[in-house]
Amino acid sequence: MRIRKAVITAAGKDQRNLPMQTLFDQQGVERSVLSMVVREAAGAGIEDICIVVYPGDQEPYAKLLADTTARLRFVAQAEPRGYAHAVFCAREFVGNEPFLHFVGDHLYVGAESGACARRLVEAATAEDCAVSAVQVTRESLLHLYGTVGGQQLFGKRGFYRVDTVLEKPTPTAAEQHLIVPGLRSGQYLCFHGMHVLTPAIFDILSALLAESPNGRASLSSALAELARREQYLAMIQSSQRFDVGVKYGLFTAQLALALSGEDRAEVLTQLVNILAAREMLPEQGAAD
Amino acid sequence: MSELWRIITAQKPEIRDQSVDAFCRRATTEQLLAEAGELEQRRHSCQNLYERIRALFFLYSIHRFHLPTRPETAGRAQIPFVGYEKLLHRRYEEAIGIFLAAWNSGGQGDGLSSALAAAYRGLAFQTLADQVRRSVRSVRGNQWMFRTGHPADYSLRLRPELLQRDAGEPFPILHETTPVRMDLSHSGWSDIFFLGMDLPEWARVLNVSIDLAVRGSDGTAPKPPVEAYLRVIDRPVIRLVSVDLDVSAEIGDLQELFDFGRDYLGLLKAAVIASGLVPPGLESSGQPLAHLLRELLGQDGLGIEIVSHVNGIPKGSRLAVSTNLLASLISVCMRATRQVTSLTGELTEPERRLVAARAILGEWLGGSGGGWQDSGGVWPGIKLIEGVRAAEGDAEFGISRGRLLPNHRILPHSEVSEETRQKLQDSLVLVHGGMAQDVGPILEMVTERYLLRSEAEWAGRKQACKILDEIVADLRSGDVRAIGGATQRNFDGPIQSIIPWASNLYTETLIEEVRKTFGQAFWGFWMLGGMSGGGMGFIFDPKRKREAQEHLGVLMREVSHRLAGGVPFAMQPVVYDFSINEHGTYAELLTGNSAKLPDGYYNLILPALLRRDQRSLSSSERSDLERFSSACHGEQGAEVRTQNFLDRLLPQGNGGNERQESLDSLLAKNGFDPIQHERIQAALRAGRIGLAQNRLPDSTIIEDAPPEQVRDARHGVDARLRKIGEEALASGTVAVVTLAGGAGSRWTRGAGVVKALSPFCRLAGRHRTFLEVHLAKSRRTSRIYGAQVPHVITTSYLTHEPTEQHLQRVSSYGYQGPLHLSLGRAVGLRLVPTVRDLRFAWEETAQQVLDAQAQKVRESTRAALIEWAQRAGEGSSYTDNLPHQCMHPVGHWYEVPNLFRNGVLKSLLDSRPGLRYLMVHNVDTMGADLEPGILGYHIDSGAAMTVEVITRRIEDHGGGLARLNGHLRLVEGMALPSEEIEFQLSYYNSNTFWIDIDALLRAFGLDRASLSDSERVAAAVRSVASRMPTYVTIKDVKKRWGKGQEDVFPVAQFEKLWVDMTALPELACEYVVVPRMRGQQLKEPAQLDGWLRDGSAAFVTGLCEFGTE
Repeated sequence: MRIRKAVITAAGKDQRNLPMQTLFDQQGVERSVLSMVVREAAGAGIEDICIVVYPGDQEPYAKLLADTTARLRFVAQAEPRGYAHAVFCAREFVGNEPFLHFVGDHLYVGAESGACARRLVEAATAEDCAVSAVQVTRESLLHLYGTVGGQQLFGKRGFYRVDTVLEKPTPTAAEQHLIVPGLRSGQYLCFHGMHVLTPAIFDILSALLAESPNGRASLSSALAELARREQYLAMIQSSQRFDVGVKYGLFTAQLALALSGEDRAEVLTQLVNILAAREMLPEQGAAD
Repeated sequence: MSELWRIITAQKPEIRDQSVDAFCRRATTEQLLAEAGELEQRRHSCQNLYERIRALFFLYSIHRFHLPTRPETAGRAQIPFVGYEKLLHRRYEEAIGIFLAAWNSGGQGDGLSSALAAAYRGLAFQTLADQVRRSVRSVRGNQWMFRTGHPADYSLRLRPELLQRDAGEPFPILHETTPVRMDLSHSGWSDIFFLGMDLPEWARVLNVSIDLAVRGSDGTAPKPPVEAYLRVIDRPVIRLVSVDLDVSAEIGDLQELFDFGRDYLGLLKAAVIASGLVPPGLESSGQPLAHLLRELLGQDGLGIEIVSHVNGIPKGSRLAVSTNLLASLISVCMRATRQVTSLTGELTEPERRLVAARAILGEWLGGSGGGWQDSGGVWPGIKLIEGVRAAEGDAEFGISRGRLLPNHRILPHSEVSEETRQKLQDSLVLVHGGMAQDVGPILEMVTERYLLRSEAEWAGRKQACKILDEIVADLRSGDVRAIGGATQRNFDGPIQSIIPWASNLYTETLIEEVRKTFGQAFWGFWMLGGMSGGGMGFIFDPKRKREAQEHLGVLMREVSHRLAGGVPFAMQPVVYDFSINEHGTYAELLTGNSAKLPDGYYNLILPALLRRDQRSLSSSERSDLERFSSACHGEQGAEVRTQNFLDRLLPQGNGGNERQESLDSLLAKNGFDPIQHERIQAALRAGRIGLAQNRLPDSTIIEDAPPEQVRDARHGVDARLRKIGEEALASGTVAVVTLAGGAGSRWTRGAGVVKALSPFCRLAGRHRTFLEVHLAKSRRTSRIYGAQVPHVITTSYLTHEPTEQHLQRVSSYGYQGPLHLSLGRAVGLRLVPTVRDLRFAWEETAQQVLDAQAQKVRESTRAALIEWAQRAGEGSSYTDNLPHQCMHPVGHWYEVPNLFRNGVLKSLLDSRPGLRYLMVHNVDTMGADLEPGILGYHIDSGAAMTVEVITRRIEDHGGGLARLNGHLRLVEGMALPSEEIEFQLSYYNSNTFWIDIDALLRAFGLDRASLSDSERVAAAVRSVASRMPTYVTIKDVKKRWGKGQEDVFPVAQFEKLWVDMTALPELACEYVVVPRMRGQQLKEPAQLDGWLRDGSAAFVTGLCEFGTE
């Protein structure tokens, strides 16, 4: 299996500005979120990238990505029919090939810049099947993520054969269907937001979208079906994932980048200064 | 290897299912002791849960039923008090260790055997209950709730649909309706968890979900009887409302939610917790409820309201109303929190199973318990529920043979046709007979008998399984008449051979009368649930169903009225209309104008809102008012709705006056002494009398009775004494006095029926009342000795009229001898107890600690009762109940002197001047008869009074025979300075006294002639009474309300006891030890089973000659 293509979704109507937000990367270079996401894909050896956008966003996004080495293609999601449909919009671009997929508002920060996607692509290539990156997650956060259930792959630490996928399960459902041997009690494998998928996903999505009364579907349901049809693995990623769309998300992502990058000492010093000054404020007030 | 251990561990059913009784009957005492030793040893090293439990039940059986019958083990060993204390604290292993040590150090005896039996039985049930609890907790899908200890760990989120509303509109309402279930086959109680987990192959029931309407109430068609509502409210609390119990609470504190006994909302609280809405792991976490609600609802300031509503179905229907209500509430909470995917409509099969598992958890949390079929209303239509073998991956695998949760197979219409379903509905008349019952002990009896494999019951169980197959086949072929035949056979055969107490006189009278009236058109009786008398079914030819419904309504009212003196009824009997529900539990989302709660909800909640400043109302509260207002204008039922609401809102005339007047007149009529009452009240309030003051001073020297001062008549007396007795009987010098003035409050837990008239047990083929048994013994004595025995029954304000009427109705059971009723002339008015006495009763005296969760519920109930006593006024007169429930008899001391005062003794002596002796006994001492040997001893000894005592068993409480400061006498348990002393007393008072009439009169300063001088008699009685101590006691009294609901209140009363006569130096007393079967008393219905099985019932029957009514 060779993975040349990637699909990045950035079509959320309410989150159109997020990909354009800028941050300093681990090398201290200022970049947009979208540019960092695209670099992550390129670092994994991806040659063709399709970005699914809200109609009209193609032009501003293209400007942000002027220095990208990979070939870019923009596809507009004409109707707001959710995340799974956004992925489905890339079916012509993907054709009959496996592809890397992640969302445009998540950043991944690990010890090595850009290694997250690369490891996933390498694993999928080696195993010759679909692989999703997952993270061990406490049950109190289940309501935020798609979650997989499965069995550990013999002799492959950190790899699981996926049996079940549920979207944002309750702990009740998780305990019944998603317990994974070897994990601590109350911990589950939740999606890390990054997948290598086979083109079979589009047939499944097509059927699910057609069946759905409101024209929407969930990617988790499609992945659950994929697990029934073909080998589908989950791989634990140790890198951290940041959703820049949530409260303080952008800020936390920046902090994580800075603290794992070249400017770590400087940022830490700044943080200590802020904290120290804050601690001293009441005393100063009293002296005044 | 031990023979019994071989039976326990055998794989082959023909060995494994052997009866322990059969073996023990054959075995020598030596063998029995050796078997007990080996079982005790092996049970400790055995890994298999059910083998351990069966060993425990075998040991119980050996000590309870077999060793006590062997003369070789009839020692006088005392029960170590420290072991008894361990027993009360449910520390059974330690108790067993202590009792065995006493046993092995040469202390074999009936008393120690009884203690060991109690400890083995307790440990067996504790182990079983622990296993169920473990299984419930370890069911996947339930575990997370026990480790969620902080709102930050909590991950349930409310469905967005429930948070969507337009401006000014209330939040939508999720409305769940749930049918109840009826058990079409009666499974022989095979749905108890323990049976299903040990022998899943035999755990099978046929369970039908039904809608109901009480016939003739409001003419509505049957509908799901159980409803639950859930909505978001704009206050950060959990508001729980029970419309039918007319109670609501706003819970703002997590700990309050875990306080189950505090109010009537325990079931709703258990549902909130078991559904995971507030996970059980949060108990005692100290976290604010508001934080949890913020996580759940995604914003501050919002809360949840949960409303329950049962449509007029009374308690005790045997249709598992409360379990299905719990399941309904759990389902609505789980839908709201996405734990089941279906927001509305029916549930899927895995979802139903999850709801059922949570309902079991909820029952455990609430300290109650039911069978595994009880949440059957969650499923639709007719289903076969069967136990399942535990397989790898199940939490029970390797521990028990069966799984906790059974499988439900819904019988499709292709299997049971639409036509058959209709036929069933057209034939079956469902009723609630109105009897108040406690089925708890029955479930324990079933478990015990199942594990012991007693022959008759085991055969019954096999037969019940065949009947179930038969009924399923009849359903398939559509033969409802055959179903009626099968359910009747089931009731007559297996059900009663497993549990004789499943039937009663009331039910049997109804069946007999129905059969007389309907003949061939009555196809069969069908028992529902734990026992008959409450919910029941009668199957008729469909052509006569309407007529049968009418007839049964009238018949049940008539028979219940006739038996009400001796049988406790909680409510008027009712007849239901019913239909099969083909949906199971079902939900709909009510939005916009249809988002309304039941009328009863608004009647309960809105008056408080109207009293508040309207500007302070939240938008939801305002829209509730608007909704209800529009419902009172023009909508269907507007007039009745408005009227009910106004009744609620406006003050009503005081109906309480009537009750007060009738209590006052009753008190006056029955010789109530208001001055004495006030004195007692003052003394109680001042702390001069009370439970602690009942006790003798610590300095009293109390010793066990020396053997030489007690005559042992357990194995008979010599021929000479017997001859003296026989001659006395033949010459008509003896009369019997049965003390039947008491309320028998332990017998019916304070229901206020006449114990003497209770048809308590089937003896010689029929249900017999206590009174009938005593008269039958006197009849036999009269025949044998050729002299009619005069029989006196003492009565009180509570028992006189019903006893008189009953004896008239049954023509005194054909008793030929002189029969007198001796009416008591003293009555007391109960008092609200002092907190001091309540605490003393609950905290200072040794009490049986309950299972952890049940104990928690009990403690919270007690806290509420202490609040009640403070609110009602400690020591004030208790008047908030039916007049009869407010009055109390003042102790049996008065019953003998009453014979002097009311002229009964005089008239006896006038008509029989040769009368010299009285045998006075309690109404519940079933084995007491005019035994010539004991009578001969009494005459020969020349004593004024001879007292019968028995050797003490662990269940015998209330004092005994002791030497007090050197004087041998009976001492009342309440008077002992510490409970430990009671355990040092070898003999327990059976309360049977042989009295020399003249000697007793002398002790009162009277003689035969002075009995005509009523003033002298009154003064003599008053004088001796003043020398008798007054005991304050706490009794439970029931207060009934609503539809069969009952509350139990502790009340204080005072009494004087006859045992204290033995302290009078001028009254020479003798003491004689009699066989246990003669001297034991039946105080509680739970004793009946052992009484029947240990040969006591047969012994008593042998003393009787029953007459004809």
